[in-house]
Amino acid sequence: MWNNNNNKTIYLDNAATTKVSDSVLEGIMPYLQNEYGNPSSLYKLGQSGSRAVTKARESVAAALNCAPAEVYFTGSGSESNNWILHDKNHVIMSEFEHHAVLHSVRGKTSLLPVYDNGLIKVEDLEKTLSENKDVDFVTIMTANNEIGTIQPISDIGAVCKKAGVLFHTDAVQAVGNIPIDVQKMNTGALSLSAHKLHGTKGVGVLYAKKGIKLPPFIYGGAQERGRRAGTENVAGIVGLGIAIEEATRDIEAKNAALLKKRERIYNEVMKIEKVRLNGDLSKRLANNLNFSFEGIEGEALLLQLDLKGIAASSGSACTSGSLDPSHVLLALGLPHEIAHGSLRISMSRYTTDDEVDYFLKELPPIVEKLRAMSPIWNNNE
Amino acid sequence: MYTDKVMEHFANPQNVGELPDANGVGEVGNAKCGDIMKMYLKIENGIITDVKFKTFGCGAAIATSSVSTELIKGKSIEDALALSNKTVVEKLGGLPDVKLHCSVLAEQAVKAAIADYYKRQGIDPALFIAGGGDSHAEHHCCGEGDNCG
Repeated sequence: MWNNNNNKTIYLDNAATTKVSDSVLEGIMPYLQNEYGNPSSLYKLGQSGSRAVTKARESVAAALNCAPAEVYFTGSGSESNNWILHDKNHVIMSEFEHHAVLHSVRGKTSLLPVYDNGLIKVEDLEKTLSENKDVDFVTIMTANNEIGTIQPISDIGAVCKKAGVLFHTDAVQAVGNIPIDVQKMNTGALSLSAHKLHGTKGVGVLYAKKGIKLPPFIYGGAQERGRRAGTENVAGIVGLGIAIEEATRDIEAKNAALLKKRERIYNEVMKIEKVRLNGDLSKRLANNLNFSFEGIEGEALLLQLDLKGIAASSGSACTSGSLDPSHVLLALGLPHEIAHGSLRISMSRYTTDDEVDYFLKELPPIVEKLRAMSPIWNNNE
Repeated sequence: MYTDKVMEHFANPQNVGELPDANGVGEVGNAKCGDIMKMYLKIENGIITDVKFKTFGCGAAIATSSVSTELIKGKSIEDALALSNKTVVEKLGGLPDVKLHCSVLAEQAVKAAIADYYKRQGIDPALFIAGGGDSHAEHHCCGEGDNCG
């Protein structure tokens, strides 16, 4: 009987989700146990929950540099993206946005090309804006979920401002990993998610600048200024407040430590034959690396890593549940067979040097093993 | 998502490699779709005396290749031709729907290798194998809701 007795977990998939931090867990427990009142209730128990939500809203606003009244709690980053996009007529976006953006527009969509470094060009946006006078919205992700590349958001925002078109950014991967300031970014709307920054799953935020048109998304209650009905996920929101404070504190020091680890991984992995880095090395999140290994398929690579207790991710078709490999990697111009062989590593502030060592020890023999059984590997030599 | 049996074959695949003295070699699938199987057969007096495979693909592709080689080793050509993807799936204790095409690919790889053997013997494989075992020409990717038959 097959049995994986490896109890180790080396978690290198923090772009998928993150572990709840100790202080988040501690901070939310009272709201699951004793402070369970409905924030809409007038008695003490309810008002305690209401105050906690208000405090969390202030924490989020401080982290984004906006007003608390511009922060709307949602159920996820995907919901935030859906909410802001669903009523737009003509949206410009990059071709490698998250599916929660790509698939949320009911109107017309114009896609900006992504270049092989994983970045868009502001000139392309200017051109598309000038050629399409009916555009009422632009959305470009701050950092890509697969390859971690960081777009020139402030410049993009400035172009949109000049054109008088509302600009939104999906910052789900970015918040907590790079400094965020919605004023400097010239963005009128932003999406984020708690579970990507050591909060819990099931909580997101839509920042929407005061004065922009924001029709209700869920009807039937006065929550979120009458725009998103439903009793608040008090514990989750409290957790987000704590998580975002923690994640945005000392971001430079945290990134310096991550960059050291990342450099080590990059240097070692690039020693393997016929491997390539996907996306620009410098204009990317400090916790992210994405490689393609010729001659092997990503899911097999992930399963082999899992047998060694290492959790990572791939853009291969097999893991996407569709027939095509990741639209992100295809947008970079990668051939299908190279996109199938991708591996995403995403660290967190909890990733240790020992874990990096272990990963670097286990990866090369796995690549070698899979290549030894690959009928297309010898052909490459 | 995978059964223990699939993981067993994936972690310890049987009959991996090439056969230098193979007299029937078949390759199916394509790299664009993310899976290629290459099957090497040594056939003597109508019996498959040895078999090896090489596979580029996901966990299910490797597991179906491995279990197929076990199922045809020591068997007659007729028995090997009768191997269906259903048998492959059953032997693995089931496959997720999106991975069923891997079992089809394994069946096709066996048929393609036998077709190659027939060709080398100067026999028209179409006499024994529907489509002549030539499934390498397919350019669409098999997947969900597609039995690739």
